[in-house]
Order: sequence, then structure tokens, then C-alpha cells
Amino acid sequence: MHEIYNLVTGPLAWLAWGIFIVGSIYRLAIMYILAKKKDAPSLAYMSWGFSLRSIINWLIPFNALGWRRNPLMTVATFAFHICLVVAPIFLLAHVALWDQFFGITYPVLDEKVTDIMTMIVVAACLIFAARRIFQKEVRYVSGFQDWLILVIAVLPFATGLLAYYQLGNYQVMIVLHILSGEIMLAAIPFTRLSHMLFSVFTRSYMGSEFGGVRRVKDW
Amino acid sequence: MGIKDRLIEDVGLREGVKRLTEDKIEQVVQTVLKGETGARLAAYSEICMRCGLCSEACHFYLSHDGDPSYSPVGKVQQTMAVLLKKKGRVSPDFIYGMAQIAYTECNLCRRCVHFCPVGIDTGYIMSTVRRICHKLGVTPQYIQDTAHSHSATFNQMWVKEDEWTDSLQWQEDEAREEFPGLRIPLDKEGADIYYSVIAPEPKFRTQLIYQAAAIMNAAGADWTMPSEPGWDNSDMCMFTGDFEMMGRLKRKHFESAQKLKVKRIVMGECGHAFRSVYDMGNRWVAWKMYPVPVIHSIEFFWELMKQGKIKLAKKYPGPVTVHDPCNVVRGRGHHEKLRELVRFLVDGPIIETASNREHNICCTAGGGVINCGPPFKNVRLDGSKAKAEELRATGVKTIVAPCHNCHGGLEDTVHRYKLDMHIKFLGDIIYECMEKPS
Repeated sequence: MHEIYNLVTGPLAWLAWGIFIVGSIYRLAIMYILAKKKDAPSLAYMSWGFSLRSIINWLIPFNALGWRRNPLMTVATFAFHICLVVAPIFLLAHVALWDQFFGITYPVLDEKVTDIMTMIVVAACLIFAARRIFQKEVRYVSGFQDWLILVIAVLPFATGLLAYYQLGNYQVMIVLHILSGEIMLAAIPFTRLSHMLFSVFTRSYMGSEFGGVRRVKDW
Repeated sequence: MGIKDRLIEDVGLREGVKRLTEDKIEQVVQTVLKGETGARLAAYSEICMRCGLCSEACHFYLSHDGDPSYSPVGKVQQTMAVLLKKKGRVSPDFIYGMAQIAYTECNLCRRCVHFCPVGIDTGYIMSTVRRICHKLGVTPQYIQDTAHSHSATFNQMWVKEDEWTDSLQWQEDEAREEFPGLRIPLDKEGADIYYSVIAPEPKFRTQLIYQAAAIMNAAGADWTMPSEPGWDNSDMCMFTGDFEMMGRLKRKHFESAQKLKVKRIVMGECGHAFRSVYDMGNRWVAWKMYPVPVIHSIEFFWELMKQGKIKLAKKYPGPVTVHDPCNVVRGRGHHEKLRELVRFLVDGPIIETASNREHNICCTAGGGVINCGPPFKNVRLDGSKAKAEELRATGVKTIVAPCHNCHGGLEDTVHRYKLDMHIKFLGDIIYECMEKPS
């Protein structure tokens, strides 16, 4: 067990971060080159002001028409994304690892808070899954990729909870937790999770086109 | 559930797919995907999270009791998603259904943009699907006929050159009885205003030219209309996917204005023509913006109002509701000017529909859908149920709609859903209420 733990916290961790960082840079670079080559009629309209205007307005819950018409999804998706990003970064156990391996320390969130945040992520994933199963307009367009990324996203949090509460075999659970986290990182550039990389640009473009060409808001 | 259960016979689509093979389809799809699309389509198809939030944006979805195959993402799922997944190797039958979705079940109104958190433009994806259909030669017959007319005559309605000038002179003649001294000046070099129309105006809505001339005359405008091709600002080729022809039309239109050295173009109350000059046509010919300033009638009338050049003898009896045409409102932000103008013209309040301004629900005729003709009329009207319900809820008798396509569509909608409303252009109201020589 100890060797496996060393493997997942050592070489596999480096590999996952490597794939995530190098893969993301690669995907962004290739996409940018493609945009330069083929999308001049769109790139020409890109504007910082309208991009930011659009991004900010879409980051306000219940501001955009789409958010207002889907309150449950709005709450779920905002809570999910905030917790998904914040909880792992400021979790005590994670910061302890940064300290242990690299001597880096920074403030942590109270364990109770990160605990609840983790539960929120899992709960939000259940809501997403329920939508894919029970809401017919979502079910109609759901495919393998959609379920795959949902599983990839929920696993690190579910196993994290189980490990934290020492439910099941702690040793196994912690290895699974680390491994699933690494899978998630490595999957970002190469699955639909890449919306983490690209959506800022698609949002910006839509904001620029609606602001600059159409002179209306896009939210 | 899906397009297979609702195929409609159309000779243009049927004859088109008869000529296709899988090899040919694959080759054409690849040509478009590799040659004309890039990061935009790639990003859209990759990061669409299939969350379904866009569904409620679409009037087709709303009007079909939430049938998911009518949602924006549902329509992409049945068209572009399959082309990308199978790398264009699909059957001719698939192309038939794909064309029917792209041409008749999406108005390219872009309301779904207000619902998509990651900023996907389904209108762009559907336009690209239409582009592929055009290159495959699979287009609904009626709209293809208008595209052929554009190719042959540079106008949409097979109006011959002499018929065009004849129609203008006829209207001038008629109007001079009511407004002595009125002119429709042809080819006047250096005029302030080049007034452009769509071909259905000389063809069967000539009163609109009459009204425009009356308003220009009353405002003392220095204006002209061209006698030669280029006068038609409409662009059905943009909607069939014939982008080469769309580019030629735009060039012709602007060159015609440049030849007359006019200061700017004023466009009649048309929606799609406006889309073509500021959004699609200009991009195809690599102009970031149009080379001659163009303004829509809403803006033009608004200016006249501000300058005190519209003198009313009476106000139009309200209350009214305002229909916001996608291409000039969601497309150009003219909603407030439109309302200011309506408040000036109408005695009584504007009763808004539940979805208004840039969140407006489409008339279901736009995007070339009404131009696909009688075979698809019932489908179109089924799709306008959501709009009809919003209109009915206003309880008013008059809809102000500054767009030809919206007019045609709303007239059908009013008839089908027994709304007991009538539809007015701004020009109708201004003409009716303006001061006239006694």
C-alpha cells in the first residue's frame, strides 16, 4: 500500500500536473493558431471592454436571462464551480501537502467549511445527474462524454469525503482520492472539461459581437 | 422523437438528395469544415456541456410542449454534431432531415445566446449547416427560387429593370395627386440619402414605397433611389448558404451607392437585409463594417422625429404592442429608439409582450423560414404558438412591427391563432398620422 501511495503522490502526481499544464498550453496554442488562420472575420471584433462586460454579467447569479429561467441550475452550477475550485485549494490537508513537499504555506479554510463545500460539489453533481436522467431536454442530448466528465468530477470529492470521515478502508480511499484527482487534472485539456480553458474565449467573443456589432447585451 | 418523425415533402430537398452519394456528401462536408470553419466551431462543439439551458430560449421548443428535438442544442445534436462525429460520412436521407431542421426549424434569431453560459452561438452553427446544404444542392425550392432570382437579376423577386423604374414612376405619379411636387428622384448624384428597399416592395407592397416617398417629401429630405440593379438590399442567399452570391449582392448594393456618391444609405423596414449589411455579408467580403454608412428606418424615423421633421396631424389610437424584430433589435439594439418613436406616434401606452427588447421571441418567419414557402407554412405556424400567446396576453389590437418578414409571419400567426390584431409598419403609422396637404 505504501508503494502505491508513493506512486500516486510522486510520479503520477507529476504526470497529472504535467499533462494538465502542458496539455492546456498545447490546446490553447493550437486553438489560437487555428483561430488566427480561419476565424479572422470573428477575431476582428474581439474587444476587451465588451469581453469583460459579458464575463462579469454572466458571473452574477440570476443576472442573465438563462439563469433567471433556470433557478435550480443557477444555484447548483454556481455553488458547484465555486466549491470545486476553492475547496481543494484551501483545504487544510492539501495545504499541509504543499508544505510537506515544497515548503509552501498559505492560509487555509476551516475544515468545517471545506467539508460542507465538498458536500455541495457532490450534491450538485447529483443534481446534474438527475437532470440528465429526468429532464427530457437534457436527456435527449446527453452522451457518453457528458456522463464521463460528471464521474470524473465527482470522484475526487466523493472519495475525499469518504477518506475524511474514514468510511471504508482509509488507505484505499486516500489512494483512490489522489488518483481520481489526478485523472481529473489530466482530463481537463482532452475532454469536455476543456470548457475550463475555452469558455472564457467563447464568452468573450459573444460579448464582443453583441457589444460591438449588435450593440445589445448578451445576457 | 426527432426530425425523422416529421419530414415534409419539398421538391427542392427531394431532388437535391437524389443526386447525392455518401462519398459526395463526405467530400463537401469536409470542404466546408476544413475550408470555412475554424476555432469557433471547434470550440463550440467541444465545450457545449449539453446542459439544455438553451431549450427554453427557443420558440419552436416552447411551442411544441417541450419536445427536446426542437431545442437549440437538440437541433445541433441532430445536424452538426452528427456531421462532426461521422466526419461528414452520412446518408442522403440524413441530409434531407438536416436541411429541414436548418432551414425551417431555426430562425437564426439568436435568442438562445441569452441562455448559454459559455457563449455558444447556435445561429452560427445552423448557418454553417445551411452552408453545407447549399453546397450539396439541398435547399427548399421556394427559397432557392429567390436565391436564383438574386443571381440572375440582383433582386429577390425577378423584378426586371424596366419594371423597377416603372414601379417607382408609377408610385411617384400616384403620390403627386396627394402631395403635389413630390418626386422620387432617380440616380441623383451626391444626395444625402440613398433609399434602398427589398424586392417584394415594388413587386407587391408598392404602397410602402409610396409612404416612404411621402415621408421623405414631408421631411424635405435630399434623397434618391437608384435606377439600376443594386437597389434591392435583401439577401436570401445569406439564408440559403450561398455566401458567394451574398458577397456579390453586398458589393453590388454598396457600389451602387458609391457610384451615386451618396452620404448614406437608409434602409426600409427590413430586418434580414440589415443583418446582411452589418453582420454577414460584410464579413464575407472582408469588410469589418460597411463601406457606406447604413441606417435602418427605425433610426432614420427617430432622427426625423428628433429634428422635428415629422409633423403629426393626429396620433395613432393606442394602446399598441411592439414586436422587436431580431435582426434590428437583438441584431442592432434599436429597441429604445423604436419605443421612443412609437410613444411619439401613438396615443396610449405600449403594452409589452412578456419577452421584449433584446429578449424578444421571434416571429417565426425570420431567417428565411417564411421564404421556404407553403410546404412549411403549417410547421412555421405551429412554431409561433409561444409568440401568439405572448401577443394575446397583451390584449391590444395593434402590433407595431418594423420588419417585412415579421409582418408576413405575424399576419399568419394572428390569423391562425385568431388573435384579432392588426400589424403596422412605422411607415404605415407615420403616413396615416402625418400632416398632409388638404
